[in-house]
Amino acid sequence: MSQRENQFQAVVIGASAGGIHALQQVLMPLPADFPLPIIVVQHLHPDAGAYLPQLLDNKCQLKVKQADEKEFVQAGWVYLAPPAYHLLIEEDHSLSLSLEAPVSYSRPSVDVLFESAIFAYGKRLIGIILTGANSDGALGIKKIKQAGGYVIVQAPETAEADAMPKAAIAAVAGNQAVDKILALDQIGQYLLQWVNRNFLGIRMK
Amino acid sequence: MQNLENQNIELQLLLQAIYLKYGYDFRQYAKASIKRRVLYHLEKHHLSNISQMQHRLLHDVAFFDSLLLDMSVNVTEMFRDPACYRVLRKEVLPALKDFPHIKIWHAGCATGEEVYSMAILLKEMGLYERTQIYATDINEKVLKQAKEGVFPISRLRQYTQNYQKAGGTESFSDYYHAQYEHVVMDRKLRKNILFSDHNLATDNVFGEMHLILCRNVLIYFDRGLQNRVLNLFDEALIKSGFLCLGSKESLNFSTVTEHFDVIAKTEKVYRKKNEEKT
Ligand SMILES: C[S@@+](CC[C@H](N)C(=O)[O-])C[C@H]1O[C@@H](n2cnc3c(N)ncnc32)[C@H](O)[C@@H]1O
Repeated sequence: MSQRENQFQAVVIGASAGGIHALQQVLMPLPADFPLPIIVVQHLHPDAGAYLPQLLDNKCQLKVKQADEKEFVQAGWVYLAPPAYHLLIEEDHSLSLSLEAPVSYSRPSVDVLFESAIFAYGKRLIGIILTGANSDGALGIKKIKQAGGYVIVQAPETAEADAMPKAAIAAVAGNQAVDKILALDQIGQYLLQWVNRNFLGIRMK
Repeated sequence: MQNLENQNIELQLLLQAIYLKYGYDFRQYAKASIKRRVLYHLEKHHLSNISQMQHRLLHDVAFFDSLLLDMSVNVTEMFRDPACYRVLRKEVLPALKDFPHIKIWHAGCATGEEVYSMAILLKEMGLYERTQIYATDINEKVLKQAKEGVFPISRLRQYTQNYQKAGGTESFSDYYHAQYEHVVMDRKLRKNILFSDHNLATDNVFGEMHLILCRNVLIYFDRGLQNRVLNLFDEALIKSGFLCLGSKESLNFSTVTEHFDVIAKTEKVYRKKNEEKT
């Protein structure tokens, strides 16, 4: 069997205030055969239940679900952290949940997801920060850059809450910078093109 | 970033060292979370790599104790996931009421909030006097707190709400008295509870149980260790005994799935089948 191999292996996304709308904008343009699994932390009320994955699943071509403990991630799927649990990716690409203390007041925490994703995927990771009113994810974005991954941030002026994208951009300012700062309505299309441009060719299995 | 491969080797060696020196076996815990907590501890103590940390913890017991605290997740609450307690009240305990003697095991009980919640439930159903509760954990510090049954008053509002959502029939304030910043649980609830040290990764079954609760513990284990523990529970339960897991946990990836019926899917309540194993 042969398989088209991509330079990237996964996409992680962090969002907070305004994220429900922003996630729809980003995910809706992606086709059902998008080649990478997408793992998302969206801050929600602890009692929010599975409303958001349901909503996104209805609107997107990709399949969207709440992450289950120890399931393996697959291309074609979007996984969302359950409210009130941290979501982590293991090195075997299965998902773990955890009730560890909130990190910068957040559980799930974007930083926790991103950090574990770096250990699982190294530089073959794309990190995206969307709208939000805190600075969760800034440290994670910085670490993804340090590990050689690719980083996209929503343009703050297009964000319902601009603190989170601003913090992410500031965290890597200086010698490095985020790879792309894009208006909300461009992120999905760009992601699709960028991933398609980075196929390494056919790998024989 | 430090070479990932080296870091993973160092982490494995660290867990091996902890096991050999102190007997705590974290080797089959879910790695991502363990690694996060080890690295957090590393930063806190300004150590430059995990090997340095290993050296330090072999020679410094106090250092190990502090690491152990950072490695354990003990958050809990009274009547956590109230819906689960409603299933216990409506379906599980009524099925046990004809036994002259009931044995319940809380595995990974942390500071005991869940155990006192169970004691209250049993009292309200008139089953407390015939029940023996075994509450176990690996962490002696939390077990000590559990025995004392003293909880911060700041959490009480939420506990009272949980109690009501869980279908409590009395007034929650009957079960504790307030003392400054704390509440002390009614001593009568303690009478039939035995708190003790038990490690799910290394210890064995210690009796036949009618009901086992192990909630929010398995999520910290890898699939192999989850399976070991679920087999342990399968062995400990009487036929038609009940098993209650945390709301994000399940029997899905284990070898005992077929031995159980699902009683409540969302609340993660299972019942062992009443037939010989094949
Ligand atoms: C998050 S608490 C769960 C408390 C309670 N069951 C609840 O759901 O609220 C997890 C507990 O599991 C305990 N634990 C971790 N590893 C264990 C092991 N190998 N054997 C027994 N208990 C363990 C920890 O010490 C901690 O107190």
